[in-house]
Amino acid sequence: MASPAIEIEGLTKDFPVGFWQAKKRRALDDLSLQVETGEVLGFLGPNGAGKTTTLKLLVGLIFPTAGTARILGHPISDVSMHRKIGFLPEQPYFYDYLTAPELLDYFARFFGLPAADRRERVDRLLKKVGLDGTRKIQLRKYSKGMLQRAGLAQAMLHDPEVLILDEPMSGLDPVGRREMREIILELKREGRTILFSTHILPDAEMICDRVAVVVAGKLRGVGSPDQIVSVKVRGMEILFEPRGARPLPAALAGQATQIGNRRRIEVAEADLYSALEQLKTAGAGVLSVTQIKSTLEDYFLDLVGAERATPHAVEVSEK
Amino acid sequence: MTRLAGVVAVNTFREAVRDRVLYSLLFFALLMIAAAILVGQISIGIETLVIINLGLSAISIIGLMMAVFIGVGLVYKEMDKRTLYAVLSKPIRRWEFLTGKFAGLLLTLLVNTALMTLGLAAALLYVKHSFAAADVTILVAVYFILLKLALITALALFFSCFSSPLLSILFTVGIYVAGLFASDIRTFGHITGSRALDAIAVAFSYLIPNFNNFNITASAAYGRAVPAKLILDNTLYAAVYAAIVLLAAAAAFSRRNLK
Repeated sequence: MASPAIEIEGLTKDFPVGFWQAKKRRALDDLSLQVETGEVLGFLGPNGAGKTTTLKLLVGLIFPTAGTARILGHPISDVSMHRKIGFLPEQPYFYDYLTAPELLDYFARFFGLPAADRRERVDRLLKKVGLDGTRKIQLRKYSKGMLQRAGLAQAMLHDPEVLILDEPMSGLDPVGRREMREIILELKREGRTILFSTHILPDAEMICDRVAVVVAGKLRGVGSPDQIVSVKVRGMEILFEPRGARPLPAALAGQATQIGNRRRIEVAEADLYSALEQLKTAGAGVLSVTQIKSTLEDYFLDLVGAERATPHAVEVSEK
Repeated sequence: MTRLAGVVAVNTFREAVRDRVLYSLLFFALLMIAAAILVGQISIGIETLVIINLGLSAISIIGLMMAVFIGVGLVYKEMDKRTLYAVLSKPIRRWEFLTGKFAGLLLTLLVNTALMTLGLAAALLYVKHSFAAADVTILVAVYFILLKLALITALALFFSCFSSPLLSILFTVGIYVAGLFASDIRTFGHITGSRALDAIAVAFSYLIPNFNNFNITASAAYGRAVPAKLILDNTLYAAVYAAIVLLAAAAAFSRRNLK
């Protein structure tokens, strides 16, 4: 089996705080994680959980307090390894006096690519990320979504084996998010390894081989989205229309939510038939009955809720 | 300088041009035109002297302002706007990036100073109608101004690696002013009579760059030749001093956590 593309061992980061910077705030606590070659790993967590801190440590923008990490066998302190990785920063911002082709050409020069090759790559990538029509516009006039696309283009410029993307979906509209998902899946098909952070959970569920959940600087779970969320049914959802003259039993009426002409109730799996019987008696028309399964979002909210309820929770910040 | 530092330098120059930094030349051109026209009417016989003094002072002050105000933002702005994130994720070392930013501003100052020098030459030609061999001293004076600007750029870059632009401006200008009085500080130490104060004053005066050595405006105005040794000494002094300051900047920046 191929060795992991990214190996993180006990990575810890403290940031000094206060006027004299004497106190420390732990943003990342003993993170150990492996990203296998060719997989898409989603790094999930609420704001301030340590996602960006981890990615910045991997790219060498900040330095670890403790622990080590290797990318494609190289220690993260080895800058030459950057030839093989592409990085999209969170809410990317670039030289606003340049146009997108100028920016990409500038970055391509760091890889020593000849002029013809640079031109070809810049053209291809601008088309790929949907910025071909904005070639003459300076980046200062770009929207957030367009900057995100430019950011993705610069991360892919040198055909990196590993892509580290910090919140790639943020700032994008639904169409842009779908395109971003398609690009990530295409990169995966090409055999590249992708580590990306997000707090948009449906995106993670759709494209990740595995997800890692980090809360308050600590890793709380790693696995496939299916493994992470429980597949057990949490309850049943019944959608109905109250057509009959007779009123609903108080127990059902109390928990029903009005949605237009329809009503929705959630009942335990065991109570399904009794609820349906009562609706039948009341003359209501049942429109649908659906299983309610746990989602990644439920799992995530449970974890965050538990963390916030813990009195000794570590205060973390990425600043 | 490495190839990658060169890539950064060219982009830094492009930024200065697109940010319309070279518009300062317009101000200089207007000043020279006004001086050339007016000076003949108010100072009979000393037109050349006034034009050279005024021109060299303007070249120095405009360069100084550019070196300080752009210099303190060279690294800070990239950290603040986070444009540095994408750059440092490329295979470039931090010291290469710093060297590139330094070289880029130096290139900007070189182009700016060269164009201003052409303006000064044009104003002189308008007043004198011809050049004399002694006018070469003006070029030496301009070269010394460039050396001074290189030192100031290095200092501004150094401070911008760890402090805010406002503080960096204060530090850089503070050192520049102190550097103008380096020999006075030494004399002050001697006259205090205190050995300790004298030692501190001497050490401090050698630590700060001696900017007075770079000012030969009077020699240029009177067409006095500048000794070759002074040119060599000043060149070496500026090169070594700037290199030390850049090394210190690289050391400060190499372990800096980007916010």
